[in-house]
Amino acid sequence: MNQLQTIIYAIVLFPLLGSTIVGLWNKKISCRGAHWVTTIGVAISFVLSLYLCYQIVFAGVPTYNFNAYIWGGSGSYQFNIGFLLDNLSTTMLVVVNFVSLLVHIYSIGYMREDDGYQRFFSYISLFTFAMLMLVSANNFLQLYFGWEGVGLVSYLLIGFWFKKETANFGSLKAFIVNRVGDFGFILGIAAVFNYVGNVDYVSVFNIAPSLATQTMTVFPHTHWSVLTVICILLFIGAMGKSAQMPLHVWLPESMEGPTPISALIHAATMVTAGVYMVARMSPLYEFSEVALSVVLIVGATGALFTGILAIVQNDIKRVVAYSTLSQLGYMVAALGVSAYAAGIFHLFTHAFFKALLFLAAGSVIIAMHHEQDMRKMGNLRKYMPVTYVCFLIGALALAAIPPFAGFYSKDAIIEAIHHALIPGASYAYYCVLLGTFVTAFYIFRAFFLVFHTEERMDEHTRAGLRESTWVVWLPLVLLAIPSAIAGIFLVGTILYSPTGGLLGTSIFILPQNNVLASLAIDYHGPLLLALDSVFSLPCWLAVGGIFVAWLLYIKFPRAPAYFVEKFSLIYKVLLAKYGFDDFNQVVFARGSLKLAKVFFEVGDVKILDHDLVDGSGRFIAWCSANLRKLQSGYLYHYAFAMIIGVLVLLAWLLW
Amino acid sequence: MNLAQIFTDLVFFSFAAILVGSALMTIISRNPVRSALFLVLAFFAATGLWILLEVEFLGLILILVYVGAVMTLFLFVVMTLNIDVEEQRSSFVRYLPFAIVIVAMLVILMVYVISPGHLNPSELTTTGGQPVNYSNTTELGMVLYTDYAYPFELAGILLLVAIIAAISLTFHGKGNNKTQNPDQQILIRREDRIRMVKMQGDKK
Amino acid sequence: MISLSAYLILSAIVFGLGLAGIVINRKNVIILLMCVELLLLAVNTNFVAFSHYFHDIAGQVFVFFILTVAAAEAAIGLAILIVLFRGRKTIDVDKLNTLKG
Repeated sequence: MNQLQTIIYAIVLFPLLGSTIVGLWNKKISCRGAHWVTTIGVAISFVLSLYLCYQIVFAGVPTYNFNAYIWGGSGSYQFNIGFLLDNLSTTMLVVVNFVSLLVHIYSIGYMREDDGYQRFFSYISLFTFAMLMLVSANNFLQLYFGWEGVGLVSYLLIGFWFKKETANFGSLKAFIVNRVGDFGFILGIAAVFNYVGNVDYVSVFNIAPSLATQTMTVFPHTHWSVLTVICILLFIGAMGKSAQMPLHVWLPESMEGPTPISALIHAATMVTAGVYMVARMSPLYEFSEVALSVVLIVGATGALFTGILAIVQNDIKRVVAYSTLSQLGYMVAALGVSAYAAGIFHLFTHAFFKALLFLAAGSVIIAMHHEQDMRKMGNLRKYMPVTYVCFLIGALALAAIPPFAGFYSKDAIIEAIHHALIPGASYAYYCVLLGTFVTAFYIFRAFFLVFHTEERMDEHTRAGLRESTWVVWLPLVLLAIPSAIAGIFLVGTILYSPTGGLLGTSIFILPQNNVLASLAIDYHGPLLLALDSVFSLPCWLAVGGIFVAWLLYIKFPRAPAYFVEKFSLIYKVLLAKYGFDDFNQVVFARGSLKLAKVFFEVGDVKILDHDLVDGSGRFIAWCSANLRKLQSGYLYHYAFAMIIGVLVLLAWLLW
Repeated sequence: MNLAQIFTDLVFFSFAAILVGSALMTIISRNPVRSALFLVLAFFAATGLWILLEVEFLGLILILVYVGAVMTLFLFVVMTLNIDVEEQRSSFVRYLPFAIVIVAMLVILMVYVISPGHLNPSELTTTGGQPVNYSNTTELGMVLYTDYAYPFELAGILLLVAIIAAISLTFHGKGNNKTQNPDQQILIRREDRIRMVKMQGDKK
Repeated sequence: MISLSAYLILSAIVFGLGLAGIVINRKNVIILLMCVELLLLAVNTNFVAFSHYFHDIAGQVFVFFILTVAAAEAAIGLAILIVLFRGRKTIDVDKLNTLKG
């Protein structure tokens, strides 16, 4: 076992160890013990993953792919637990561990008075383990293991406050919607297995070009490219996990969980699993233009339309949640135009500034005694200066104002879509372009409502307002720094490096699809890029969004009400979230309920219970009731039967 | 047809008539005691027929075992159990036609079987008396103790089992009989039986 | 000369009478046992007749064993009868229907 192997084992197993210890002995272990064990486990994991990332990305250690052991086998097939350590997975390890570590620290403060303190820490460490397994897998099955693992922990954590009805509803919704996506995902894996006979990345990627030319019949008399089918099925999984339209409905509900969870799982890591997966599968997607087109259109649509929804939300966490949906749309759209690096880059920066926004929102929520309605906040900058600054940085990064981190990644995405040639690119371009305006508008609307304007909270709350403790604001500061400057330092290496940059050979792009390479020609350093963009359309739109928000909420505070009245129909549609929830509720939830009722009443109660189960009993009883008449108990009846028998036998013999 | 044959026929038919008649009386008699006695008569008639067939030993055994033992047992039981005779046979007539039909069918079938059409007629008439010094008992004993030794042993065991079974079925337990109990007898101690009494007279 | 058929027919008649006795007797178990003896007698007569006409001693051996079994059967049957009478104070066939389903 060489050094890298030892390190990757340690990275994935330390969070699991912490989770297991705290989970199994959560009654024995104190609160301090619980957060120390898990936090140290993740900290070790983080340090080791930093080292690993350094080794692979910067020190030139070649990509390392190995199988740890055989998980299971059937016939000539075998499934391995294995790890693929390349630029993409190691940088993901760093991001996951970094955010997870900060969330661990932050939770020490946030969850302080919660009854399920140990349980919470056990869950988030378990989540870290599952996510690490997901990103470091070298085959589809282990990917799926991690995929389901994070889904499970997500379910557990959304429903963490299981006495709250909305939390239970939200967790169930998340789980069920994810099942839909995961069903597509497992079908995709099954298709891969069927056509390749193997689920290891390397062998699948090697055979990808030939898969592109094969066809299969999905519906009678139709021929589909095998690769396209596989890619779209896998993308359905990504749609579920990364909350793309129309499987996005669970993400806003997931905000019922504790805020650190919203930051860790539902903003920075788990929801990006889909993005990571598509990037990881770039050798497959590259050969299927149809699949890329689907990815692009789904992503771009989500980017704009879920962003618009954020405008009408009053719950601070929901605003951030819809913003997450929108930003995930950006990432997915980037994947659709083969700008994988841009997508991953946005994933990184988004992980930082969205975790920052969530944790800052959490800080506000703590200070407000778990009040999340922005209409009851206002002018908090006076009380919470650190949170104020951090939230502002996060908001600027989200709104893609240069030179904050979000600018570099989002600008690259927009430009890449602008230059892309695949079908749907122009539609996507207008979506993401408008999206920048919307993004800036809703986040600054929230910002102004929370930190500026007059104080609308009640007296009791106002008396208790103060800046949070250091365990809460330290992660904010630690996240604010990369949110501000990560873009400047990473944009060159990730996006425009001639050698492939940070992601290197992990990502495969066909030459004709390589929009980033064409963008790289115009790239002359991060600061010049920022300066250039001051005159570009996206930047103006973003600034315009901020300006409009300022106009409506600070300058003319009565204007929003006027617009709501004027455009009440649109407002209602937005409040109803385009009716996705209602549609699901009416068609799927109630429909399946009705279907289940039919099956229950007809299938189970009538046919199974009444006819088959009770019926067989009744039939036996009927038979016996008739047969028992033969058992009269009288000797002469039996003798008589014997005589008849003898007669029949005799007659038969003589015949 | 010579005289011997006439005599043989006469013997056969008279015994056959007695057999059938007494069998009939056995089943229709109201009194079980009378039934048993008619059964005894039937056995005697059967013995006569068997001896006519030169099966002397078994014929005598039939009388000894059946009449001497089994039927005595029957009579004994019938008389032991105090059965109300008058109440018997009330439903007799009701089932009679039924019985007649069934029995007639069976008999017809059996007679049909043994009619010449089915049994080889030549075999039916192959007969000839045994030699004068023929001993049925010897012959039977020769076979029984050689070829059929093991079945013979088995039959003995069967009888033993039947004896034990009959006893254990009817045995009440020693509730009211006066058997001695040896283990209790030898457990007796002197102190239980003897009480020393000091009399005023014998002072020492 | 008496033919074998005569004996066989005779024993068939006796057998039929025995059966008829079983069927028509609804009152007394003892008579049922006697009817069984009649049946056995008929069968034995058959064996004896065949043995005589075919010059085969084996038939008589069979009769010997049947007599043994019949004796045992009678002994046990009567023992059961006594136990039965002790328990139920009757040997009326019409009242012995505990086995009724």
